[in-house]
Amino acid sequence: MSRSLALRAGGALLALALVAAPAAAQQQNTQGQGTEGPAGGAPEVQSVVPEVGDGRGGMNNQVPETTEKQAPTGGERPAPMREVAPTPAAPITAPPPNTARGDTSADEMELQRTLRGGVIEGRTTLPDTAAAILIQPEGRDWREFRNQWLFWIGAAAVVGTVALLALTFLVSGRKRIEAGRSGRSILRFGVLERVNHWMVAVSFVLLGLSGLNITYGALALRPIIGPEAFTALTFWGQAVHQYLSFPFVLGLFVMVAVWLRDNLPTKVDIAWIKAGGPVAKGHPPAGRFNAAQKALYWFTMGGGGLVALSGYVLMFPFTVTDVGGQQWAHIVHGLMAMVMIAAILGHAYIGSIGMEGALEAMSTGRVDYNWAKEHHSLWLEQETAKAREAVAPPSGARAVGAD
Amino acid sequence: MARLKFLCDADRCIECNACVTACKNEHEVPWGINRRRVVTINDGKPGERSISMACMHCTDAPCAAVCPVACFYGTADGLVLHDKDLCIGCGYCFYACPFGAPQYPRVGNFGGRGKMDKCTYCAGGPQQDNSRVEYTQYGSNRIAEGKLPLCAEMCSTKALLAGDGEIIASIYKERVQRRGFGSGAWGWRTAYKETVTT
Ligand code: HEM
Ligand code: SF4
Ligand code: SF4
Repeated sequence: MSRSLALRAGGALLALALVAAPAAAQQQNTQGQGTEGPAGGAPEVQSVVPEVGDGRGGMNNQVPETTEKQAPTGGERPAPMREVAPTPAAPITAPPPNTARGDTSADEMELQRTLRGGVIEGRTTLPDTAAAILIQPEGRDWREFRNQWLFWIGAAAVVGTVALLALTFLVSGRKRIEAGRSGRSILRFGVLERVNHWMVAVSFVLLGLSGLNITYGALALRPIIGPEAFTALTFWGQAVHQYLSFPFVLGLFVMVAVWLRDNLPTKVDIAWIKAGGPVAKGHPPAGRFNAAQKALYWFTMGGGGLVALSGYVLMFPFTVTDVGGQQWAHIVHGLMAMVMIAAILGHAYIGSIGMEGALEAMSTGRVDYNWAKEHHSLWLEQETAKAREAVAPPSGARAVGAD
Repeated sequence: MARLKFLCDADRCIECNACVTACKNEHEVPWGINRRRVVTINDGKPGERSISMACMHCTDAPCAAVCPVACFYGTADGLVLHDKDLCIGCGYCFYACPFGAPQYPRVGNFGGRGKMDKCTYCAGGPQQDNSRVEYTQYGSNRIAEGKLPLCAEMCSTKALLAGDGEIIASIYKERVQRRGFGSGAWGWRTAYKETVTT
């Protein structure tokens, strides 16, 4: 008797606790507002700890689920126990063979994915979708790319280009203005063009240096400056890499706007290449940009676009693609970056020590008349024609004293 | 010296996620990060298996190979651990890891994804064993106390085994021989370039 009373009391307690719990939580919630609670509004205790009392816990202390009268426990069993097990009506068949469990094999699946690509994927209860991929053996291929291919291709591209340029400089020296300086100059690049060029150039150099640090720093710098300093450097280098992507990309857009028209291929370019291009005897005619400059322009626009796109994929991982896509983005980014560094090294060489009279086009904006005549004869003709037109009297004007 | 490994007997795993919960609780792993997870393949179809997966502590670990700041180190027991003070959160280890083990506090990589976190095999990090600072960075160090990882210790069906590679492989082999089936040691081919033949 006392037992059933306890049971009922326990039930009432639990029911009370159930009703009281949300109310208590709510109270906690409102109390938490504005006070020194952990986060504004969040209750300090996230759920009410249920009382462990008479009504809960314990092996047989179950709580009735209905209000119906419960048969008292401990009485006579409704049916007496069988003395012997019943004989089954139908014979029990042997358990299904193993194959009925599905022939899932870890070894086979892993081997197959390793050889043919793809991932072993399933389902998890986690919100993180990347967690559903159980095994992606491609990680090993990506490692191979980054630690072998990118490492050596990059080294060959950067060191090889520097060596090649040094050799060129030693063998043929600085390309002079053949006719000497004329003393007259002509405007080649306006302020917007120059400022934009240097914005892109500075971002590119810092992007390149911070990028190369990611590829080679652990090998080349870490042993010298120590792990802590190297981590600090690489961390800030990464920040620089990410923030400078914005001026770099902006600059590319401006370059499209201001230089695209002058970089469309023309018949003159074919003649320029046929004449021998950069190593031609004499100076084949060229417009504002020659074929090599146009090629560099299109290469930088295309390559810069690819590097920027893949870079943003790396910067916001798993927003547009999965782990395989991230790996591809990195492969594109790394390879394109290395090739671009090589190309820009060559560009910087010609623009500075490689050729007399070239750098001032991007510093003061004005180039020597003779330099323009030698390297961009058609452009010079156009410009002078334009200038003549500008200073010429209007066609309807009559000469002084004509009437 | 032992070579510590994990082995998940997928024919025993009931996807109760107790290992996941135990791990999160033991190390006070922050929100959004799961050092261990249970993946169910062929869900609801023939051949369904649930596999509890975390860092496998690979031989010749890919994560360590690609880390641009070289912050990983190996222990004498074959564990792959890392130094959070050196990590820059670039996310490369996740691209290289075959098991999706590395986890990050932040989703975007803009300014880094925060210090990478992964299963330590309950062996902490480079800090003084069982110190306060080790606990806040890496969680508890059960190995230093002579205990095995909690996930495997408390697995109700003993599907998840942790310990010396040879010993757990022989336990698994014996099971497979007795019951007549087994889907194999998940991840072993990829992590250790070996399989448990039965
Ligand atoms: C235009 C926008 C760009 C963006 C958004 C971008 C973004 C990134 C990101 C997110 C990474 C991954 C590494 C990390 O986060 O620490 C990376 C790596 C790298 N980036 Fe860029 N980047 C850009 C442009 C460039 C340019 C112009 C270069 C070359 C001059 C370059 C060279 C590299 C290199 C070499 C790596 C390291 C590859 C490796 O070793 O794994 N990036 N970039
Ligand atoms: S499972 Fe992933 S994180 Fe762990 S050692 Fe292997 S590659 Fe590194
Ligand atoms: S996230 Fe950290 S541990 Fe992983 S590769 Fe990058 S720096 Fe290394």
